[in-house]
Parts: sequence; C-alpha cells; structure tokens
Amino acid sequence: MMVDKLDRLFEGHAAALKLASFRQQLLASNIANADTPHYKAMDIDFAAELKRVIDGGAAAGSLVTTHPRHLPGNSANPLGAQVRYRSDVQGNIDGNTVDMDRERAQFAENALRYEAIVRVLNTQIQHMKAALRTQ
Amino acid sequence: MSLFNVFHIAASALTAQSQRLNVVASNLANAESATSVNGGPYRAKQVVFEAIPMSGGSVQAGLGVAVREVVDDPSPLRRVYDPRHPAADKDGYVTYPNVNVVDEMVNMISASRSYQNNVDVMNTTKAMMLKLLTLGQ
Repeated sequence: MMVDKLDRLFEGHAAALKLASFRQQLLASNIANADTPHYKAMDIDFAAELKRVIDGGAAAGSLVTTHPRHLPGNSANPLGAQVRYRSDVQGNIDGNTVDMDRERAQFAENALRYEAIVRVLNTQIQHMKAALRTQ
Repeated sequence: MSLFNVFHIAASALTAQSQRLNVVASNLANAESATSVNGGPYRAKQVVFEAIPMSGGSVQAGLGVAVREVVDDPSPLRRVYDPRHPAADKDGYVTYPNVNVVDEMVNMISASRSYQNNVDVMNTTKAMMLKLLTLGQ
C-alpha cells in the first residue's frame, strides 16, 4: 500500500528527529544545571542509539498496544535511549561535571543535526509530492 | 515532545538564576547595614541550587533547577572601630555585615552568564521548532 511505503520512507528520519530532540533536552538539562552542586552531566550516544532504533530495537522504551484504539503513551524518552553520564574532563570542587564549553558545542551541533534531518525530510517530501502530482 | 521540555528546563534555570541575582542584589544593597529587623547586623545570604526532575517527576524528562533554600553565610561579621557610631558597642566597635563585595560581583557575573546561556538554549530550540513546522511546505 502506498501509505505503508510513505511510512517506511519517513520512519528512519522520524526516529532521528525524536532522538535529536531527546538529546537536545538532555543538553538543556546540563546547561540549566551548570551551577548545581553534585549534578552529573548526561548525554546519549546519538549514532549508536539511532543504529539500535533502525535495527529494530525501538520497542524497548515504548508501550505495547494490543488494540488499535489504545494510545501509544507519551513518554519523555520515546525510543528508550540509554542515558549515560559524561566522563568529566576537569572535575569541579562541588561535584558538578558540566563543562560549559563542551555543552554549548554539543548543543549547537545537535541543533544543526536536527536542521539537517528536517531539510533532508523536506526534500524527500518534495520529491514525493512531485511524483504524486498529476500533470 | 521533548523539545517542549527544553523550554520548561530552561525556564526553571532562568527563574533560579534570577532568584540568585535577587539575593546578590540584596547582599550588595545591605553591605553596610549595621542594624536590621532582627536587631543584629545583616548577614549575607547565599542560594543553594538543586536539580529537579521535570514533567511528572521522571528523570528521563530532563532535570531543571530550583532554589532549594536560601542560607545565611556563616562567615564572621566585620568589626570596625568607630566609637561615634550609634550602633557602637562599649569598646567602640561597630559590627558590619559579612558581605564580601568582590564575591558578590563574581556571583552576579556568573548568574548573568548562566541566564544568557539558558536564553540562548530557548532561542535555539525555538528556531528548531519553527523549522519543523515548515516541514512539507
């Protein structure tokens, strides 16, 4: 069915977008807690998590639905990505491991990655629309 | 959607940092207050930050910041010899607050930098969401 194909075409990118926005939230947490004593900076391994999701491990963190009218749930971590603590480069005396330079760099990189995914997705949609258009 | 959580997280940090800035302002304003409502000289206040889980208490939804408490600085008060001051004790010493102006200025700069960082986080996230809304157009 056509809709199935469309779904399959977009699902990889959808997963990447979800992961990128989840990562954005973790990085925002790190930046917000730059002055909180004992806070440990967190992150995910984007490439590894995306590979896991695309290889079919996405079910780990999502709810199982047994009826078509069940709601899929609205978990904050929809793909069940594994959150890890960052290894600290230079420990702080109050136990905080947020390295602001690194966080900002990662944050900018992740935002760029997100935009790139959106752009690729957009191009695919344009192609699909061109193919569907009757002339 | 995780991107909405980012706004909650950054907003909690903005609130916490502005509270810290308030405390700095009150410390600086009272750096010379030898008397206060509780009789003794003013004592410098410091905020204690704490990470709080956002949206339904789940750590997975990210951690925001809140001010857990405002504590009095336990360092000794400053004593200055000034026998003509109305608040002088029998030895002629006036007890002034333990506000360290240099510390407070550093604290203020740190708070304002953190505030800026969190505003940047919000702006970037807003740009990302607006980009997403143009999908398919």
